[in-house]
Order: sequence, then C-alpha cells, then structure tokens
Amino acid sequence: MSAGLLSLTVLAVAIAGYILGRRRAVSVAGGDARKLHSLPSYHGQSVFLFTAVPAFVLMIFWLLAQPVYIENRVTALIPNIEADDAAARELAMADVRRVASGLDLAIAQGALRQADLDTLQAGATDLRGKLAGVGVALGADVSQYTFEAAREYRALKGSLGIGMALAVLAAAAVGFVFARSRISVAFRARNVSESFVIAMLIGASLVAVLTTFGIIFSLVFETWHFFELYPARDFFFSTTWSPRFGGGSSLGILPLLWGTLYVSVIALLVAVPIGLLSAIYLSEYASRRFRTFVKPLIEILAGIPTIVYGLFALITVGPLLRDWFAQPMGLGNSSSSVMTAGIVMGIMVIPFVSSLSDDIINAVPQSMRDGSLGLGATPSETIRKVVLPAALPGVVGAILLAASRAIGETMIVVMGAGAAARLSMNPFEAMTTVTVKIVSQLTGDTEFGSPETLVAFALGLTLFIITLGLNVIALAIVRKYREQYE
Amino acid sequence: MTDVSGGPAALPVSKPRRGSLLTQDALTRRRNAAEARFKACGAVAITLSMLALVWLLFSIISIGSPAFRQTFLTIPIELPEAKLDKSGTRDPAAMAKVTTVGYAAVIQAALTKAIKEKGISTDGLTPKDIAGIVSLEAPAQLRNHVLANPDLVGQTIDFEILANGRVDGFFKGRVTMESARLDSNIKPGQLVLAQQLVEAGIMAQRFNWGFITFPDASDQRPEAAGLGVAIIGSFYMMIVVLVLSLPIGVAASVYLEEFAPKNRLTDLIEVNIANLAAVPSIVFGILGLAVFINFAGLPQSAPIVGGLVLTLMTLPRIIIPARAALKSVPPSIRDAALGVGASRLQSVFHHVLPLAAPGILTGMIIGLAQALGETAPLLLIGMVAFVRDYPGMPIDGFFDPASALPVQVFSWTVRGDPGFVERASGAIIVLLVFLLVMNAVAIILRRRFERRW
Repeated sequence: MSAGLLSLTVLAVAIAGYILGRRRAVSVAGGDARKLHSLPSYHGQSVFLFTAVPAFVLMIFWLLAQPVYIENRVTALIPNIEADDAAARELAMADVRRVASGLDLAIAQGALRQADLDTLQAGATDLRGKLAGVGVALGADVSQYTFEAAREYRALKGSLGIGMALAVLAAAAVGFVFARSRISVAFRARNVSESFVIAMLIGASLVAVLTTFGIIFSLVFETWHFFELYPARDFFFSTTWSPRFGGGSSLGILPLLWGTLYVSVIALLVAVPIGLLSAIYLSEYASRRFRTFVKPLIEILAGIPTIVYGLFALITVGPLLRDWFAQPMGLGNSSSSVMTAGIVMGIMVIPFVSSLSDDIINAVPQSMRDGSLGLGATPSETIRKVVLPAALPGVVGAILLAASRAIGETMIVVMGAGAAARLSMNPFEAMTTVTVKIVSQLTGDTEFGSPETLVAFALGLTLFIITLGLNVIALAIVRKYREQYE
Repeated sequence: MTDVSGGPAALPVSKPRRGSLLTQDALTRRRNAAEARFKACGAVAITLSMLALVWLLFSIISIGSPAFRQTFLTIPIELPEAKLDKSGTRDPAAMAKVTTVGYAAVIQAALTKAIKEKGISTDGLTPKDIAGIVSLEAPAQLRNHVLANPDLVGQTIDFEILANGRVDGFFKGRVTMESARLDSNIKPGQLVLAQQLVEAGIMAQRFNWGFITFPDASDQRPEAAGLGVAIIGSFYMMIVVLVLSLPIGVAASVYLEEFAPKNRLTDLIEVNIANLAAVPSIVFGILGLAVFINFAGLPQSAPIVGGLVLTLMTLPRIIIPARAALKSVPPSIRDAALGVGASRLQSVFHHVLPLAAPGILTGMIIGLAQALGETAPLLLIGMVAFVRDYPGMPIDGFFDPASALPVQVFSWTVRGDPGFVERASGAIIVLLVFLLVMNAVAIILRRRFERRW
C-alpha cells in the first residue's frame, strides 16, 4: 500500500470516526444534546483527532526511519566495505538501489517473474542485458552480492511497506476505539480536543526551531567530516583555491572571502548612498502623492527574483562595463567581473537600505525637527545635524542587514562575478565568492564524501555564521534604537 | 525690567543686518544653495533607482520578447509508405523503427520540391545546406506527429516545421550576413534562401505557443526549447509549498500570537523565526541536499524536494505577516467572544482568524511569489538536470524529475548557442508575468478586504 493511499485510508477512517463519535455522543445523552458537557461535534472532533494524528505521526517517523534501517541491513550484505567508509557505502547503495528499481521495472513490464527472481543467479543470467531491456542502463555487470543485496533491499522494502500499513492502521484503530470509549455525558470533549489542537499548534511553531537545528546539524556534521579529510588550518589560512577531483587539491577559503567582501563592498557603495538619499528625500521632502507613487516602485526592486538580476548582469551590465570601461582602460576583457556583480547587487539592495532607513527616519520625533527648524536651520541642515545623528544606529542596522543580504546572495554572483578564485585588487577582473563555490562544488556528478564536495558544507557553515552574526548585531542595534523614542 | 535708568541705549547694540529680507547675504545664499544641492541629491538618488528599474525591465523585455515569436516553414510533405511504413500495417510499434534520420530525408525532399516549385534558385548551396535551414528538431516533431496519426502515411500533408535557430535569429536581427560569414553553423547563402522563402510565403513568423508548452531542447536546437516542464515543475512545487506552509504557518502564528506564554521556549521560537527569515537561501539548499536527499533518500530533481526546501524557506516569511494580521484584530473582538462564553480556541478560530484571513492570505501569496522566483537552493537539489519528459500527474508526479522556471533560465544561460539568451529572457518575462499576477491578486485582496479598526 503506497503512502498516499494509506493516508487517504486513515483520513477516511478518521472522518468516519467523527460521524460515529458525534452520533454516539447524541445517543449516550438519549437524544438530548443539552445533557452533554460538550457539543456533539466536539465529541466527533476528539475521535477524529485521536484517530488521525497519532497514525500520521507514526507514518512520518516510519517513512523517515525506514531508509536508514534498510541501508544498514543491506550494506551489511556487501563485503569489501569498511564500516566507516561513507563514500564507498553510498556508492554501493546507489548501485543496489539502481538494480532494485530495475528489477521492479522488469517485473512490472513482465520481463521477469517474482518466482524466477528468488532462484536467479546474477552470474548465470544476463541481468545487465535484461535491465537494459526495460530501460535501466548499468555501468558494469551486476555482481552476485550486489544482486543479492538488491533482492534483500526489495524484500525488506516490501515487507516494511506492509508493516507500515499494518502499524499505521492499527494506530488509527486503537485511537478510534480509545476515543470512542471515552464518550459519555460528562466527558469534557471540548477541553480534550482543544488541548489536542493547542499541542498541534505548538508542534507547528516548533518547525522553525527544527529547521534551524536541521541547518546547524547538517552543516556541522558534514563540516566535521570535511575537517577529518582536510586540515582546518589550510582551509582557513591558505590563499589558493584549486579543487582537483583527482585529489591533492588546495581548498583555501581566503580568495573566496576576498571576492565576497569585494563584491559586497561595491554593492554597498552603490546601494547605501542611493538608498539613504532616496529614503531622506521620500520622508522629508516628497509630497504625499509622490511618496505613495514612488515608494512601491522602489520596493518592486526587492520583489524581483535574483535570477532576473543575474541575467541582467550577464547580458547587459557585464558587456557594457567591459566595452566602455574595462577594455578602454586596459583593465581586462572579461564581462563577468566584481564590478558587474557589485553594481547589479547594489541595485538589488537599494530597497533594503531605503525602506528600512525610511522607517527609522520616520520614527525620529517631529519635535526634534521642529526645534531645529525653529532655530532657523534649513531642512537639509536639520536632516544632517539632527535627524541623521538621531537615526544613525538604525541606519547602521539597516546597512548591516543589507550587507548580510549581499554576502548571502547567490545567483547574481554565479552569473555576474565569474568562477576564478583570485586575490586581486582590479575590480574589472573575474573573481568568485563563497556562494558561487558552494553551487559549483555541489552541482555536477561528483562523489559525495570527497573533500572537494564536503568543502561546500564548510563554506556553507562559514556563510551561515557570518550572515547570522551580522543579522543578530543589526537586529540588536535596530531594537535598541527603537526603544529610545517609544 | 525694573531698572529704567539705563534705557534702551544700555542694551548691547546689535549691528545692523548685512542685508535685508529682499536681498540675501552671502551666507544665506550659500546655505540656500546647500539646501538645493541636498534636495537635488535626493531627487537624483530616486531618479537613479527608478532608472535602474526601467533599465532592468527594458533590457529583459526587449531581449526576451522575440522568444514568443518563431519562424516556421509551412510546406506540403509527402509521407511515402515505402520509407515510413515498410510493413504497411500502420502499426505504430513497427513504424517506430524508422528513426528521425528517415524523417529528415522526407523533409529534405519536400523542402527541395517546394523550393523548386516556387522557382527559387539555390545556386551555391548543397542539399545539406538547404536542409540546414530547417530545425534539427523538425524530423522528431514530424515523426511524433506521424506515429500519433499512422493513417497519414501515404498522403501529402501540409506540415508546419520549425526553422533553424540561426535562420530565426536572422529575422529577429540577432544574426546578420556579416556574423553568418564567421559562423560555421550557417552560411550567408542559406540566409538569402530563407529571405526568398519568406517572400514566396513558405516561411513566416508567428506566435510560438511551443515556447510555453514544449519541453527543454538540447544545445543545438534553441528554436525548439520551451518551458513546459519548467512550468509544470514550478506549479507542483507551489502546490507543495501551499499545502504545507499554509496550515503550518497559520498554526504557528496563531500559537505565537494568541496562546504562547512568555517563556524561554517562546523566545527561542521567535528568535529562530526572525533569524531564519534572513538566512541566505543557498543554505536552505544545503539543508535540502543533506536532509531530504542524502538522509531521507528522496529523489534528486523532484518537485517534492524543491517544494519542501521552499516551504522551510517560506515559512518564516509567511509567519511574520500572518502575526501582524492577527495582531491588528482588536482585542475587543476576543473579549466579546470570551464574554459570551466562547473558549479561547473558539474565539480565535471563530472570530479572530476569519477577520485576519485577508491579511494572512496576502502574506501567503507574497511568500509564494518569492518562493516561485527562488533559484539558488534548487540548484543544489539537482533541479538543473536536463529534463525532457513531462512529470506525471500528482501525487506521483511530485517525485518525477522536473525543472523549475528560474532554474530553467539559469540552465539556458550557460548553454553555448546565443539563441538561448533570448529564450532565457523570454522565460524571465513568463516568470515576471506570474509574479505580477500573484502580487496583483495580493494587492486587490488587501484593498478589498482590509479593515481599519
């Protein structure tokens, strides 16, 4: 029974439970619902919840645990594998999965029969040819132990699938019987089902915590693996980045950090003046009508997907900068450069700076402006000498948030900054960033478990820590500032 | 003021002003100029950001809009039974033995004949050159058409075939005679022939539905590449995101806003949500790769994985506006409900939530729009793979390999043929139209149902 069908069945049982529970409540009260503590529909609801929720929770955990269990059992069948060699295990498992899905297909299309499978010897029959016949191409002949592992894999998957269906249905049935047996005139069905619902609400809000733990756990775990294979000292202090998928690669983060920093600084040099001045103009000078018209337009810039900016950098800004600036000045002839990515990213970040600064400038009390204007200062003097100093911490917070945004940005730099890791001052040269390298190390057919792939997790962890740090500082500054005037 | 003896003369004599209200002195002029300069700086900043927006949209739209038009040849094609169905049974299984090479020959013959009938000279062009103005994809399309309608064999049909990408580019101004001279894929003679075919009415440009419905095509045939698989993949992911994040997001915001006691756990959750909203999207991609693909064993390139990753990414961005919407419902509503004997849960679900629904929905739609445009995390979970088969129907289709709109844009930009740049920009236009519609719906919802208390 597939998971989809199983969930539909559980749902159907639960809905039946609602109707039956409701009916039973009314009949327990002798047809007079007023005698019940709770409305009949709450009795039905409690049966529904007790039937459906535990069954679904069980199903989710089963589905998560099943692959891990199967993998442990199956890899035990394959000789020549060290217990802690994760890469070899993964590779062997991929083979087994492929053969098993091929066998599934072969049986589904009638090229093989289930009964034959049990007596089949991989060496005796042309298994590879048979599987190729149903559209599963294998790189090499199937060895006997891979075949046996695949057979075990299928058998385990089949029996565990049935086991899951039985267990889930049993859980639903137990929940149903239990909840139904509790129905009586005095049963506080509303309180019970309400605390159940509240528990579910708490569960939903814990998803965010789980996500954070998932991120930290997966990053730290794989980074740990990486540092077992590659010295941490070289990673943090080496100035060369040249991954070689044959081994002997040099994976220093410094050129990547330099590229990231350089691009972000250019982006901020574009975005901070424009964003800040726009915010000042909009909040201090612009008429109401102008403001309601222009502010959403600037915010459109934040709503445009980054892939659009990436394409813009690739096909418009890059060639333009190369033909008009880099080549005439003899600074290089690459259309992807730090400058390209920086300028485009700056455009993207403008609304982050402007709308946050706008809020903060608006939060400066009017009395401070009035005081300054009353002393004879011009509006611009008021802004420069009174409003901005008062808003400064908030503005700094906004700039830090924009910086964290720029550091974590991926698509613009993937398409605009280039792929060569370099420590150079020339802004018209192609350089690369942390995010670009995460993408390039994790896409493509590379062996999972080699330092060249795992380095992406170390890069990811570095990125996560940097952006998180910037955010925490920025939020703390903004919050501290806001408290002053409220 | 009691001492009158001094009189006004005792007060410090202020010097007369260096001017009057009618003539400005130097300092005032300087200050006024600084004022004007400062104001102009602000205006320039706004103009610059507006210009950036206009420039961005203009460049994408002007490069991308030709992708919606495509050059086609309409010629009568004879489908000889001797070549396409030797058995004569019209059995598609038997006819499938004829590969696209056989159909290419059929098209070539038909094209040569059509050119001859119109009296167009083909001097200096080999038969291969003449066939070269037709897309490499055309034989496959003809083959599929014939296999779907086996009875056509033996007849002569009017069939619309795609012109080669370079020929198409010639009519769109991307390819010129000069560039064709340097290009090994096209000869100027072929372009001259194409021009004559247009004048003869065989070749024409028209709106290209295939751009929206076709699957991706390989490197050599940009003219046949379409967004079909990518749109379906994106749509499936949005379904997953909607189905998961709407209940979870609403439940979480209801709990945090209405029920959560002030304690450590609540603080932890709130800090988490605030920080998750600012985590770079690529980190969610790493999470998806490590947890959903490597740990849970879900398939690569599948919409379900993309949907799960985008759900985790979108959740905080939904919870924050949803909480704001719940907060804006005045406490008097809750008090009134509690006052007539409702439980807290009843007051929330029967009264507060319906009143906050427009706000929550608006935030939801904007969150979905952001998820739709997200690219980086999808790259890591294998959505860049070249997928030509349409995914199946839901729910099984969620596990089939598919592409996604923004990822399709990215994978087209890394292809060699310049025709793909136009396709990529065209795909962005499609993406932007979707985003525009979603945001417009959100704005209309807000305008129509927003209530000021």
